[in-house]
Amino acid sequence: MFGFGILTGLTFLPLVGAAFLLTQKGEDEATLRNIRWAAFLTTLATFALSVYVWMGFDPSSAAFQFVEEKAWFGAGLTYKMGVDGFSMPLVLLTTFIMPFAILASFESITKRVREYFVAFLVLETLMIGVFCALDLVLFYLFFEGGLIPMFLIIGIWGGKRRVYASFKFFLYTLVGSLLMLIAILAMYNQAHTTDITVLLKTDFPKDMQFWLWLAFFASFAVKMPMWPVHTWLPDAHVEAPTAGSVILAAILLKMGGYGFIRFSLPMFPDASVHFAPLVYAMSVIAIVYTSLVALVQEDIKKLIAYSSVAHMGYVTMGLFTMNAQGLQGAMFQMISHGFVSGALFLCVGVIYDRMHTREIAAYGGLVSRMPIYAFVFMLFTMANVGLPGTTGFVGEFLSLAGAFKANSWVALIATSGVIFSAAYALYLYRRVVFGVLEKPSLKDIMDLTPREIAIFVPLIALTIYYGVLPQQILSSTQASVDNLLQSHTALLDAVKIAAAGH
Amino acid sequence: MPFLAELGQHFLPEVILAIGVLVLILIGAFRGERGFSLVDEMAVGILGLAIVAILLSSKQVDVAVFDGAFIDDAFSRFVKVLALVGAMVSILMSVDWLQRNGLEKFEFPVLVILSTLGMMLLISADNLIALYLGLELMSLALYVMAAFARDDGRSSEAGLKYFVLGALSSGMMLYGSSLLYGFSGTVSFDGIAQAVTEHPPLGVIFGLVFVLAGLAFKMSAAPFHMWTPDVYEGAPTPVTAFFASAAKMAAVAITARIVITAFPAITTQWRQIIVFLAIASTLLGSFAAIGQTNIKRLMAYSSIGHMGFALIGLAAGTEAGVKGVAVYLAIYLVMTLGSFAAILAMRVDGRNVENISDLSGLSRTNGLMAFFLAMLMFSLAGIPPLAGFFAKYYVLLAAVDAGLYPLAVVGVLASAVAAFYYLRVVKVMYFDEPAPDFDRSPLAIRAVLAASTVALLGFWLYPAPIMDAAGAAAKSLF
Repeated sequence: MFGFGILTGLTFLPLVGAAFLLTQKGEDEATLRNIRWAAFLTTLATFALSVYVWMGFDPSSAAFQFVEEKAWFGAGLTYKMGVDGFSMPLVLLTTFIMPFAILASFESITKRVREYFVAFLVLETLMIGVFCALDLVLFYLFFEGGLIPMFLIIGIWGGKRRVYASFKFFLYTLVGSLLMLIAILAMYNQAHTTDITVLLKTDFPKDMQFWLWLAFFASFAVKMPMWPVHTWLPDAHVEAPTAGSVILAAILLKMGGYGFIRFSLPMFPDASVHFAPLVYAMSVIAIVYTSLVALVQEDIKKLIAYSSVAHMGYVTMGLFTMNAQGLQGAMFQMISHGFVSGALFLCVGVIYDRMHTREIAAYGGLVSRMPIYAFVFMLFTMANVGLPGTTGFVGEFLSLAGAFKANSWVALIATSGVIFSAAYALYLYRRVVFGVLEKPSLKDIMDLTPREIAIFVPLIALTIYYGVLPQQILSSTQASVDNLLQSHTALLDAVKIAAAGH
Repeated sequence: MPFLAELGQHFLPEVILAIGVLVLILIGAFRGERGFSLVDEMAVGILGLAIVAILLSSKQVDVAVFDGAFIDDAFSRFVKVLALVGAMVSILMSVDWLQRNGLEKFEFPVLVILSTLGMMLLISADNLIALYLGLELMSLALYVMAAFARDDGRSSEAGLKYFVLGALSSGMMLYGSSLLYGFSGTVSFDGIAQAVTEHPPLGVIFGLVFVLAGLAFKMSAAPFHMWTPDVYEGAPTPVTAFFASAAKMAAVAITARIVITAFPAITTQWRQIIVFLAIASTLLGSFAAIGQTNIKRLMAYSSIGHMGFALIGLAAGTEAGVKGVAVYLAIYLVMTLGSFAAILAMRVDGRNVENISDLSGLSRTNGLMAFFLAMLMFSLAGIPPLAGFFAKYYVLLAAVDAGLYPLAVVGVLASAVAAFYYLRVVKVMYFDEPAPDFDRSPLAIRAVLAASTVALLGFWLYPAPIMDAAGAAAKSLF
């Protein structure tokens, strides 16, 4: 349409919905209902469109598909969009999670409803844009533009310490991204283009790669988040409204992993090999240390936030193993974590909406009043631990298998994280759900409403379906992974030959 | 009549302003206080006419006027349009404020136009004498304007402070000019460029340092920024808007012109000075603003930081750098005018308020204004996809291109610090409990606020006009 392709339509469709919401004036119940449903239907339509894109997507090819290009600011910034095996699953994850985030906010958000849903729809556009952009600066525009709506979401609709959390989130991410911006400019300077497809084939000088790698690392490590720059995440998660936490955990964190696999690994192969031990070290520290920190948390959301940091540690570890299992595992782990952590935050949202507290100590014995909830929560707790038959197992197993191939010590320490995660997750579950229901405030707590069940059913279905039959996701990323590994080994061989020649 | 033809072809905007201002003085003198609104409207018309004259003539090649004293090139036309827009919008926004404060005197628009005329001469100046002429015409009018609220102690203080420090900087500038003349034997920029070789005598470097110090004062680049917060805070708000918008355009433009056209042989030498100014300004602008509670003072420090950023582009000393500076000026102009429109709209019970805390909870009492101001703040902080990001992008691109990595890194880190205080304004408006609502502001101010925000939000949709004009402007300097 208008000379643009389907990815542009997909990216900007939520903005159309946002524009419609802005025309809805008034605070009466009928208008609010319109706003909620309009936002929900927009995200559903976006999901439908992304599924349509997926049907036309050829998973056997590693090339970018649905590519569209327009001249824009001249050299240095063109409008170029496209998807490949790395970005397509993440686009689908984004559009899939969004309707649940909207649905989960139907009743919990009562003030400034219109602005709330507008912020989410704008955020969706920016998130899809991040995964579809094929121009480095265009990527940066989407990547950093997402800070504005998220800052407002945490700051306006968040909890008690929302101001602190929103500033911390914004400034942490901004500092990292700005260093990446300098690196982007340097790359443009070297290659005279910001077209990602060209940059993927560009050989950057070795010493330049190190600096570029570090600058990109600054941005993605914060976004991921990796230890020790993860401290913004627990604050942001605790203070954000439920849907904000869901989006943060399920999608925004994946931008870091996507950045590594899209830029750092293929564009700076020498630096990636050189810095891999650093990444391993940071990953295993994240896995072990944050799991232990999670064990002592008293706030449910904070506990899940720390568990997110630990699970992202598997992703970074898997990515830098530079073998098929590790990369596939990392990709799978990102998708799986999107389902599982999103669902866990939704679970917290359910009881938070009823009791307005996230203190673990305020709960106990929920199973007797909320059997359905207890089942749902258990399922996702198990998926989080990595029980075979859920997606969590596939992702962790593959990335650990990759790590064993690359460095067995790393794998050894990382595997201990699986035990820790079982410890904190089951401990949490026991304190919240089991035991005797003796707190008077919990006597009248209601089980899941049909709306809440409708949110969880698809998530449960996919978590188990892909846990049993992971092939569908794995095959869609396989071609891209193989392609990445091939060019990677080719480049490294070339370097070795050149070194031998000296 | 070659002289008149020359005037008509290449000096028309200046002639329009010069004749127009004389007419306005006459009208004001005969009609007295009653003449204010007529003079005011005519002043806007004259400035608009000058803009039209520039836009219609903008296809010509570079022409030197008055035996090379002035030059009419794409760069000067680009910046002149910016300065004229700044002046015009400042007058439009001032009407209501002046009337409310009993200052509806016809001298105000007259002074704005006189000062703008000085800026036009300054932007076009092609030798040291024309430079000084334009600079003084601009500054003398500005000193008077700073003290325009005669009965207000702060305003008088601002005027005096600005005058004393301004006179000092003019002295430094003259001293530098005389050194440059003494060592090169000419006042024209082209002549200096020919006389100054790669290893110039020390006197030339000294002269350059003094001239740049004088210009840095006008740009309010650190460490010559000391007057800025006090004058910004003390001067009447519409005057501050004019200082922050139009005056900066002219000062940055002449700085770029003099270093690029007169000293191409010693780029490495003057680059050190510009790099120092840029680093000092960006750092000072971001750190010193953190503690401010008055929004005009905040904008003063913000403008220091932004001038530092514009200088990052100039430090590159390349065509891409000057293009970055030109883009930066255009976008900075829009952001500044929008922000000051918002400050002028901050009025409770008929009185203007200036504290950031007065904006508290604005999103709930006046959602649209809060949204506009929030977008302005995000743009000032340089967050994409707002225009402020592209301004920073192009100057950083040029700096990295010239290998100035440390400068670029300092710049972005300073802008991360600056983001903190811009965010604080957003936080006050969106996260805090509401303060008393503002009065309904006049149409002109609402229009400026809305138009500037729309321009910043929509810049990425159609950047070509600004980018092309800035490209042509940069090209004409080399």
